[in-house]
Amino acid sequence: MNDIWAGIAAAIRLILTADADLVEISLRSLQVTLSALAIACLIALPLGTFLAIQRFRFRRGVIAVLNALMGLPPVVVGLVVYILLSRAGPFGVLNLLFTPTAMVIAQVIIITPLIASITHQAMRDLWAEYHDLLISLNTGKLQRVATLIRDGRRSLMTAALAGFGRAIGEVGAIMIVGGNIEHHTRVLTTAIALETGRGDFALALGLGFVLIGLALGVNLLTHWLGRTEVEGRW
Amino acid sequence: MVSLFPLTLTEGLVRRRGQVIMGPVSLTVEGRGLTVLMGPNGAGKSTLLKALHGIERLSAGRLRHGCPSDQSHAAQAFVFQTPVVLRRSVAANLAYPLKLHGVGRAERARLIEDWSARIRLSDRLDQPAARLSGGERQKLATARALIRSPQLLFLDEPTANLDGRSTREIEDLLRAARDGGTRIVMATHDFAQARRLADDAWFMMNGRIVETGPSPQFFDTPARSETRAFLRGDILE
Ligand SMILES: Nc1ncnc2c1ncn2[C@@H]1O[C@H](COP(=O)(O)OP(=O)(O)OP(=O)(O)O)[C@@H](O)[C@H]1O
Ligand SMILES: [Mg+2]
Repeated sequence: MNDIWAGIAAAIRLILTADADLVEISLRSLQVTLSALAIACLIALPLGTFLAIQRFRFRRGVIAVLNALMGLPPVVVGLVVYILLSRAGPFGVLNLLFTPTAMVIAQVIIITPLIASITHQAMRDLWAEYHDLLISLNTGKLQRVATLIRDGRRSLMTAALAGFGRAIGEVGAIMIVGGNIEHHTRVLTTAIALETGRGDFALALGLGFVLIGLALGVNLLTHWLGRTEVEGRW
Repeated sequence: MVSLFPLTLTEGLVRRRGQVIMGPVSLTVEGRGLTVLMGPNGAGKSTLLKALHGIERLSAGRLRHGCPSDQSHAAQAFVFQTPVVLRRSVAANLAYPLKLHGVGRAERARLIEDWSARIRLSDRLDQPAARLSGGERQKLATARALIRSPQLLFLDEPTANLDGRSTREIEDLLRAARDGGTRIVMATHDFAQARRLADDAWFMMNGRIVETGPSPQFFDTPARSETRAFLRGDILE
């Protein structure tokens, strides 16, 4: 028991003194995840909205594929990205394996289906609600999309937050493609795994607290977004 | 602005999943008055209103306006059976059709003030419309439809589920609009309301118009036995 309390105390000290390693790792985590999130949103938000309001031939198929991709085990994504980026793979010449970019790629693949799927559901419901009125007012396609995005902005934010939450806590894929290299590709989750294995509970716990803080923050933000919907703020 | 009348539906027919749910119906709507559309549930009233509004795809037949079709939309409005309320403030709901048509800020403010007062929601303009009661939503949707003074307004059971007072308020709005020159076609199940408002009435059954006539003759001495039975409250098969 004493070891654990000592570990927690040391972890809190690391956080309060803004330990250099801890800060560096946390910032890298944020950088990788936010980059992945930005790219994933650029793909997923328009894709989800498009799937919600546009009828086309393979729409159901695309939605089914999207939902299936959502269930992909991250470790398998890591494996596939590893093979693609490895020296012998088709993108080997880019020398991306074991770089933050490789981690971003893996995370984009993991969270894009999730964000697109949540966006699709939310936009589909909103479109069902608005459909008659927007048709009756003879709105053009762009006006419709603009209206849906404006009035569905909380759902879109919620989708993005879900993507962030999934990406920041992901360990399997980025361990494989990033390699957990110190000062280069080490992020919160991979560092925790490593330090735990090495028995350095102080650093592991400190990093764990940061991760929990981020996850909690995202949850609070999601909850708050839901509330502003009812209360009608922004 | 050009007149969209006469509006004519010729042999209009709507088929869904192989079933004819409306038609064939031929009708002409001229520029004045208030028409009440009656008929049992599932008769095709909503479908006919949407067809006349031009938002129901016709499987056969034609819809024509007195003006080019691309200009006809701007002069019409529709209040749906379940009113659509945008997830915005009451004021933003009223502003929405105005913005779409490029009405300037000052004019928008004036119209919003005017119409919110008429539906007695002036003090709730900044509240989210989602928080309104069913009756208040219905009034908001009606005001939003009337705010651009359409030449032609369709309403699909605009006072279903409303209490006496809200019903009277909406009826007052509709009378004022009609007297101001808006042509109104509305579906209703409320016989008393139909008598109060109608200049003429259409009776619909099984997707077809069975009888039309001016009020009050339509209600007092209907020509067809089905209409008589319906107005008496008999169950129609
Ligand atoms: N998309 C659709 N596919 C199949 N059938 C439909 C569709 N839309 C409507 N119908 C059918 O068409 C018929 C007419 O529907 P409509 O909504 O026009 O009736 P209504 O007279 O407005 O009835 P109510 O008084 O209940 O509002 C109904 O039997 C309905 O089930
Ligand atoms: Mg109906």
